[in-house]
Amino acid sequence: MRPGTFSKLAILGTLLLVLAVVPLVLPSPFHLRVATLVWINATAALGLALLIGLAGQVSLGHAGFMGIGAYATALGPKHLGLDPLSSMALGIFAAALLALLVGRPILRLKGHYLAVATLGLGILVHLVIVSEVPVTGGPDGIQLPHVELLGRRVTGPELWYWITGTGVVLAAWLALNLEDSSTGRALRALHDSEIAASVVGVDVARHKLVVFVIAAVYAALAGGLFALFNRFVTPDVAGFLRSIELVTMVVIGGMGSILGAVVGAALLTVLPQALTVFHEYEHAVLGLLIVLFMVFLRQGIVPGLAGRVVRRRSA
Amino acid sequence: MSLLEARGLSIAFGGVRALEQVGFTVDRGEVLAIIGPNGAGKTTLFNVVTGLYRAHGGEVRLDGRDVTGLPPHALAARGLARTFQNLEIFFRMSALENVMVGRHLKERRRLGAELLGLPSVLRENRESRARSRDLLAFVGLEERADEPATGLPYGALKRLEIARALACEPRILMLDEPAAGCNPVETEEIDRLIAAIARQGVAVVLVEHDMRLVMRISDRVLVLDQGRRLAEGTPSQVRSDPRVIDAYLGRHGVAAAHAA
Ligand SMILES: Nc1ncnc2c1ncn2[C@@H]1O[C@H](COP(=O)(O)OP(=O)(O)OP(=O)(O)O)[C@@H](O)[C@H]1O
Ligand SMILES: [Mg+2]
Repeated sequence: MRPGTFSKLAILGTLLLVLAVVPLVLPSPFHLRVATLVWINATAALGLALLIGLAGQVSLGHAGFMGIGAYATALGPKHLGLDPLSSMALGIFAAALLALLVGRPILRLKGHYLAVATLGLGILVHLVIVSEVPVTGGPDGIQLPHVELLGRRVTGPELWYWITGTGVVLAAWLALNLEDSSTGRALRALHDSEIAASVVGVDVARHKLVVFVIAAVYAALAGGLFALFNRFVTPDVAGFLRSIELVTMVVIGGMGSILGAVVGAALLTVLPQALTVFHEYEHAVLGLLIVLFMVFLRQGIVPGLAGRVVRRRSA
Repeated sequence: MSLLEARGLSIAFGGVRALEQVGFTVDRGEVLAIIGPNGAGKTTLFNVVTGLYRAHGGEVRLDGRDVTGLPPHALAARGLARTFQNLEIFFRMSALENVMVGRHLKERRRLGAELLGLPSVLRENRESRARSRDLLAFVGLEERADEPATGLPYGALKRLEIARALACEPRILMLDEPAAGCNPVETEEIDRLIAAIARQGVAVVLVEHDMRLVMRISDRVLVLDQGRRLAEGTPSQVRSDPRVIDAYLGRHGVAAAHAA
């Protein structure tokens, strides 16, 4: 096991515990809706944590993949006559395909080309959504029908809380499994030394591509879930600010830490809601808090705190 | 037909001709040493042969088959492993995990099974861990297996790289100055390791400045100077070659070489 991390079971256990306790402590529909947003953002952040934390590759346009997932889910019923769930599956597939097409030529190159390319990709996706008004509804956004499963409407804050909560636990479980596998070790290895990884047989370009596609799938899934839950999407889901928020979730929670991605997502989803008391200074306070976290817990919240606990115990 | 054969390799960096028409062959169980003054092109030769640099001329053959220009991971799959003069360690991983990465090609790596954490993957993890522990024991690092690689001293990291390369179960092992920065006791340890590796049938190509080590352990010695082949032969032929003494060994080196 890696030093400074918890075991697979401990992480999943913690997540399940939080998942079970939140509705008991905060049963109001408003709180459940915020918690649902946390789970959705955490799902996207988990994929990005694999890309950034494990493999050391940065995507600055990850909200673009979220947008593809969200808008596919919204547009499928409207334009293709598909049900929302199949539309979401299609959106996830489209995001994976796009990641493959963009990542393939880019990830052969050494350096930060992926960050630049994804930045452009994210802006492009956002632009298309905003400007193709007849198809996407443009800046005003688009409404979704209810999801129906076995003839019944999937609705209500509590139900969506459990759906997205189960989603994030599954996403974390898959991510933890990947970490503890040959591919996971290869990804961590190429993060440290691409040269050394390649001479022991790791196909560096291929592995980067695999983790990039996985991260895109996570984001598109999160986007699709958001559209289904919220039943209304605007181009903001794919915006540049959202991409930066996603990266911030990963960095603030602790790069390379699965639990950290969830904690980071929770913080960046809940804080803006809590900070509305500051009115127009809301963003300034949020920025200040992020800076303070980075100054005092440089490795991120989860690894940083874990490190302190370990140090105190051994002291 | 030799196991590994390099022929007429040339490469230049700007105006510097780092290699000019250099070649060598090495076979199972054999130890070939490559020596020469600083900047002679030894590391560059390693980088070309292992696919990190692309030669401007010449070819590399493995089992008689042309493998020139193949990427490093494809060469690793054909049995070529190496260590680095300036350490290339996975510093965020434990010593054990560093070696486990060396098992990459021996693991099946089916993404679906890995994501689901299927029993076959867990079994493979256990097997890799056990094999890697054995290798750490072989290089004398079993006690430090679970320490982060960052904390290990230089000499230990040199041996960690050897263990990682061995985890590939290579047919050819290329060691770039494995004894650099090691004290005499550690050097003797490395000497024993290399002999044991060669005895298992691995072809060893060794770059080393420690003349005692080179003379004691090599079957043949290739001497490079300014990117060219200066001499080649058995250790005793090379150490009495006046051109080699002039260009590299000097009087001091000759004494060390004869002391071996
Ligand atoms: N990537 C590179 N870019 C530019 N020049 C290089 C590069 N690699 C090697 N060289 C040059 O090629 C020549 C040979 O260098 P090389 O590292 O192969 O020598 P060496 O025999 O390994 O020396 P040492 O004993 O010091 O390790 C030197 O002049 C070096 O500066
Ligand atoms: Mg060198």
